[in-house]
Amino acid sequence: MQVQMKVNGKSVSVDAAPNTLLVNALREHLKLTGTHVGCDTAQCGACTVHVNGRAVKSCNMLTAQAQGAEVTTIEGLAHADGTMHPMQAAFKECHGLQCGFCTTGMVMSAVDIATPRPANSKFANCSKAICAVAPVTKTLSKPCSRVLLP
Amino acid sequence: MGASDFSKLPHIGESLRRKEDYRFLTGAGNYTDDIRLDNMTHAVFVRSPHAHANIKSVNKAKALAAPGVVAVLDGPDVVDAKINGLPCGWLITDTSGKPMNEPPHPILANGKVRYVGDHVAMVVAETLEQAKNAAELVEVEYDVLPAVVDVRHAKKATALHAEAPNNHCYNWAIGDKAGVDAAFAGAAHVTKLDLINNRLAPNPMEPRAAIGSYNRASDEYTLYVSNQNPHVERLLMTAFVLGLPEHKVRVIAPDVGGGFGAKIYLYAEDVCLTWASKKLNRNIKWNCDRSEAFLSDAHGRDHSSHAELALDKDGKFLALRVHTDANLGAYLSTFSTCVPTILYATLLAGQYATPQVYVEVDAWFTNTAPVDAYRGAGRPEATYLLERIVSRAAWELGMTQDAIRSKNFITQFPYQTPVALQYDTGDFHALMNHANKLGDVAGFPARKAASAAKGKLRGIGYSSYIEACGLAPSNVAGALGARAGLFECGEVRVHPTGSVTVFTGSHSHGQGHETTFAQVVAARLGIPVENVDIVHGDTGRVPFGMGTYGSRSISVGGSAIMRALDKIEAKAKKIAAHLMEAGDADIDFANGEFSVKGTDKKIPFGTVALTAYVPHNYPLDKLEPGLNETAFYDPTNFTFPAGTYICEVEIDPETGVTKIDKFTAVDDFGTIINPMIVEGQVHGGLVQGIGQALMEHCVYDKETGQLLTGSFMDYTMPRADDFPVFAIGHECTPCTTNPLGTKGCGEAGAIGSPPSVINAVLDALAPLGVKDFDMPATPHRVWEAIQSAKH
Repeated sequence: MQVQMKVNGKSVSVDAAPNTLLVNALREHLKLTGTHVGCDTAQCGACTVHVNGRAVKSCNMLTAQAQGAEVTTIEGLAHADGTMHPMQAAFKECHGLQCGFCTTGMVMSAVDIATPRPANSKFANCSKAICAVAPVTKTLSKPCSRVLLP
Repeated sequence: MGASDFSKLPHIGESLRRKEDYRFLTGAGNYTDDIRLDNMTHAVFVRSPHAHANIKSVNKAKALAAPGVVAVLDGPDVVDAKINGLPCGWLITDTSGKPMNEPPHPILANGKVRYVGDHVAMVVAETLEQAKNAAELVEVEYDVLPAVVDVRHAKKATALHAEAPNNHCYNWAIGDKAGVDAAFAGAAHVTKLDLINNRLAPNPMEPRAAIGSYNRASDEYTLYVSNQNPHVERLLMTAFVLGLPEHKVRVIAPDVGGGFGAKIYLYAEDVCLTWASKKLNRNIKWNCDRSEAFLSDAHGRDHSSHAELALDKDGKFLALRVHTDANLGAYLSTFSTCVPTILYATLLAGQYATPQVYVEVDAWFTNTAPVDAYRGAGRPEATYLLERIVSRAAWELGMTQDAIRSKNFITQFPYQTPVALQYDTGDFHALMNHANKLGDVAGFPARKAASAAKGKLRGIGYSSYIEACGLAPSNVAGALGARAGLFECGEVRVHPTGSVTVFTGSHSHGQGHETTFAQVVAARLGIPVENVDIVHGDTGRVPFGMGTYGSRSISVGGSAIMRALDKIEAKAKKIAAHLMEAGDADIDFANGEFSVKGTDKKIPFGTVALTAYVPHNYPLDKLEPGLNETAFYDPTNFTFPAGTYICEVEIDPETGVTKIDKFTAVDDFGTIINPMIVEGQVHGGLVQGIGQALMEHCVYDKETGQLLTGSFMDYTMPRADDFPVFAIGHECTPCTTNPLGTKGCGEAGAIGSPPSVINAVLDALAPLGVKDFDMPATPHRVWEAIQSAKH
């Protein structure tokens, strides 16, 4: 089946079997291998991407469910010139990563948590993601190559 | 250059941000499953659903007829191809003088399966889905046998291997038994302890993965594999299993998402993929599912021990006597046999001047996944046992946990322990004093009272660990049964424009070598760290290497690079002497400049580098052009990181929930090159060790041998919000036996923390009458302990 979506700002059409998970469409069809698979049970969060602006575990969603959606992966987070997003820069500055495997999912989750919206009351007073960067990276990313997202 | 000069170089001890982070943070890492080759097929392994069974038949017909299937290979195919079983890299000699029982470890089961997850067949198909579907169609008839999973019952269980009567692998001992027995006979007090060190699943976040590739034109194999030591992988696979010439096999371990020991070993999957890539003339990828990883990665720990500590009336240790039953699982994994012996028993002197130690180990086969080195490998088991019995002795004698330790600390170095090791240096009192201060132990009674006012139980637990890192002097390891050398190799390639590429046999899978090693080279040569790149993980690019495990990388791999830099400096001085028309002995090198002693003549490093490659004005009659040196470094001793950890827990007696409220870790890693990276390693180790103490536990069903904890939904992994902010401190007594003064920091946290947590739990529960407790301290187990103490 054909699924149309916008991935990292580009319109794409993916020809995928109906049982194809979003993470497989991203990794296998679109060659966006920055999103990783760390478990079979939606526990680890390594595969986290943004779908319509919210963090989603892409191993837990069918590609077909992303029809018409705007998807952002880790490859779409940095600026066009390669400059890192403030959250990526904060992970580097705070040594919030080691082996890097689940890091991409951690970064996508952290960006979501730091995005001002009512549910993120802890960061309600932040007008920009950068305000929340330091506490989020400290909290989320004990660098150990082996810790799961809370 | 020696350790004291090295530690004074500019930028040593600075927390440079990591060079490797950009690619990881932008999704540009290159892990094995990210690699796409043309002509790729996908492999799925048919695994045993039974813990112990004879295979009556394997019918491949339906699977072979399924869409997209390229091949189905099983045990008889392996026998036909004359492929050997997986080798064990360490021979332990039984106390009888005979070699250990060493049964075959076939890459695909040959007539019998011995644990749930054992490899029965490999299905290769055009797509992963086709391979998965076809694997379901492989019909295997089993004759199920009784299974044993508990090491304490192995002796009387149905034998797994004809070569191992009573499921026994070896009995091994170290120390002076008669001397220990005599010391016990005269002791004023004996403390006894039975304990279990719980089995763990390593769970690197990247599951294992591999791609077998064969080039018919050049008759060359390439194996991409998520592995910690590609040269060792190649050596074992070519020389012992496949009988291939080593130069025709290239092993590439690209970005690797954590290892923790589980990726040291040569696994059946790696061999199957390499073999089949030629047989089928196709590239074959296998990517392990997490549930498959739980079944098939080598597990860690799983000891059952009885320990006795003899003390005089003042709390001085007289002797330690230990017996341990070690569970090796169903087969001997690559380094399984040295973990409960060489890497365990030799550490049981700990930080203490105990005059006599005797340790006896029985190692057993059971119907469980093979057990091998896992972050710490033997030293966590030693530390857990010793630090538990020391705290228990303190409580029995009415001493504090720090007083009994301080009373028995070794203070004179070098110190020869009664269990083979010689500690070169350390300052255990400094570590204890620092930890007591950093952890505000003086304020503990007030915090305990505050907890009590809330109805909570607060406890404090100590652990003073020492570990042996920097594996290892090859001749010593060889005398102890190692079937490999344990040196490291480093090549420093200075380019004509003065930038440098370093090729190291160490492998980084999260440790930040690309930064730390570059820092070492940049400091030595006086050039910007941006001008140094580190290459690792590819037998086609790196001359040789023994890889990364046992916290050896900086001490052994870094020392090899230092030796190569010594050669670079010596040759560069000759070139500089020629250019400045001075004698070789009159040249100094500092801050990236060569100068002539007693003059103002000087030239920068870059000029010498360029001259080496454009040798117009050059002593060609005496010196080869180029500036490229390789060194092999074999350590003369182990290194001995040590530390004192203090844990404070607060337990809710109503629910059994144990919260780590405060955790203090003071370590002596010798010279520290990048404190930020070291702190990250300590954090990771602590999280892993506290994970073992509080939540992690691999559980097999006692009757069926089924793994009950086979996913992240059943096996509790530590999460960031399970921990407080750690208080981290350092003392420094530089290692005296390597040119960096470093000791290694990768495993310390996982080694030192578990006993501190359980001692804290026991301290908290002591008023309720709880005297003993085995890991993990899950709410249910803590609650049960509280309830049974009440009745």
